[in-house]
Amino acid sequence: MTTVSEPFQGTSSPDGSPASGPGTTGAGAIRVQGVSKAFGRGEGAVVALDRISLEVPTGGFVALVGASGCGKSTLLNLLAGLDTPTRGDVAVEGRTALMFQEAALFPWLTVAQNVSLALKLRKVPKRQRPAMVDELLDTVHLADFADKRPHELSGGMRQRVAIARAFAQDADTLLMDEPFGALDAMTRDLLHDELERLWVERGFTCLFVTHNVREAVRLADRVEVLSSRPGRVAAGFDVPFDRPRRIEDPDVSGLAGEITVRLREEVRRHATDH
Amino acid sequence: MPPITEADEHQLDQELSGLDALELAPAPRAEWASRIWAATWPKLLAVAIALLLWQLVVWSGWKKPWQLPPPGPVFRALWDGLQNGTIWRGIGLTLRRAVYGYSLALVIGVAVGLLVARSRVLRSGVGSMITGLMTMPSIAWFPLAIVLLGGNESAIMFVVVLGAAPAIANGLIAGIDNVPPILVRAGRVLGARGTNLWRHVILPAAMPTFATGLKQGWAFAWRSLLAGELIVIVRGTPSLGAQLSNARDLREMELLIAIMIVILVIGILADSLVFGRIERYVRKRFGLVDAAGS
Repeated sequence: MTTVSEPFQGTSSPDGSPASGPGTTGAGAIRVQGVSKAFGRGEGAVVALDRISLEVPTGGFVALVGASGCGKSTLLNLLAGLDTPTRGDVAVEGRTALMFQEAALFPWLTVAQNVSLALKLRKVPKRQRPAMVDELLDTVHLADFADKRPHELSGGMRQRVAIARAFAQDADTLLMDEPFGALDAMTRDLLHDELERLWVERGFTCLFVTHNVREAVRLADRVEVLSSRPGRVAAGFDVPFDRPRRIEDPDVSGLAGEITVRLREEVRRHATDH
Repeated sequence: MPPITEADEHQLDQELSGLDALELAPAPRAEWASRIWAATWPKLLAVAIALLLWQLVVWSGWKKPWQLPPPGPVFRALWDGLQNGTIWRGIGLTLRRAVYGYSLALVIGVAVGLLVARSRVLRSGVGSMITGLMTMPSIAWFPLAIVLLGGNESAIMFVVVLGAAPAIANGLIAGIDNVPPILVRAGRVLGARGTNLWRHVILPAAMPTFATGLKQGWAFAWRSLLAGELIVIVRGTPSLGAQLSNARDLREMELLIAIMIVILVIGILADSLVFGRIERYVRKRFGLVDAAGS
């Protein structure tokens, strides 16, 4: 377990524009080099991220854990191209999709239409869309619910639609901002299995942000611990365990315990600092 | 790593669909007839109580019968008016004005609302003015309208539009302002920018509040219209307002109250059958329930 800080030259610019490229899933690495982000100017400025460096290899699965105020969401916004860094380089290969804690489905569209809109916005011809929507919904086991509206679904089902919608963007990189944070434990468990299966099958690059250390260890190849205010990478842990994993595996709990200790150290630092 | 086997996947599939089925247990629904009855009887009871109170006031001798006639003769006058066609003619004239004025207000309100919502400069300047206009009692516009446009239809339309358009514009602006930010963010992540973002995300998300604005605009239009018809009597157009004014001049109190009942009923019907339905449909269709989808 080491802190990641090897130097790296950013190659391409952050690309959130979805209109280009044939986009075959399975390519796409994330490199963040010395990135800082401040909001506001002068003395009132709030530094959300401070010289963060981070790397997710192509097809890798990295989880970011941190307490409140570690700038996780800010980082994801930078990676998704929704915002630009104050300093440093952000490089994401290929296309990115971003998922939130809320499914953020459009309530006036059916499940199928929500997925179809993502296809439409990346200019997939109209007659190809229905077959692709069917396939995507089948992937997340929701083929029977194509004509339902989001409010008719449970929270877990909505998140699965959001996953299907993210796949509809044909992204190489999936950014997830606490996607299962609002779900009950049993649903979350099943969605862990589901996400792991999809990741193994499709081989996209995944950056998964969470408060939940166990969840991070259960899912990721590597867990990065962020410090808070400002956000920095404080430590990194490789997760060498075989897949498929279970959240209750002793290995998973053991490493999660170790990471939690490190995370608490970070939190304690704030008690003495301020 | 060992691959996830087909058996694993089948099991996961079963678990997911099992959980889906458990979480979507259907709610029991009451029978159609009993639901209608449950919605109707309180209203019938309220009407009965109102008629009874009216009759009691008449019996108490508080006012002379020529000032406050009892329900019976009023409903006879209403029946007669409907039979000989004068009330129908009035309804037709007034409703035509209402539809015409409201349509005009709709076009203007939507145009202004869109402009103001899209431009930051217009928003800070005109936005508060629109809210200000809504507080202005429409009847206060009439002296100016009559001087500017003369004592005719145009003056009435002018005030109807001024009454309804700000409410409609305001509904649209408020709807656009209150679009859940998460939906805009989701739209941008999907690659919707500029016009696409408006078309696919912002406008649909603004619909529920806009529908409320439409309903409110109608209420303003209807009130302004009746005020206008009482103040600006256009010769040869026996509208409901003109008939009301006429009944007062001729001291035909039965007819006067009958016309008031007609005006009330039209207002209620338009509100519940037209605008209430639009509003309910839009809320359902555009999902005000769970707007953020969380």
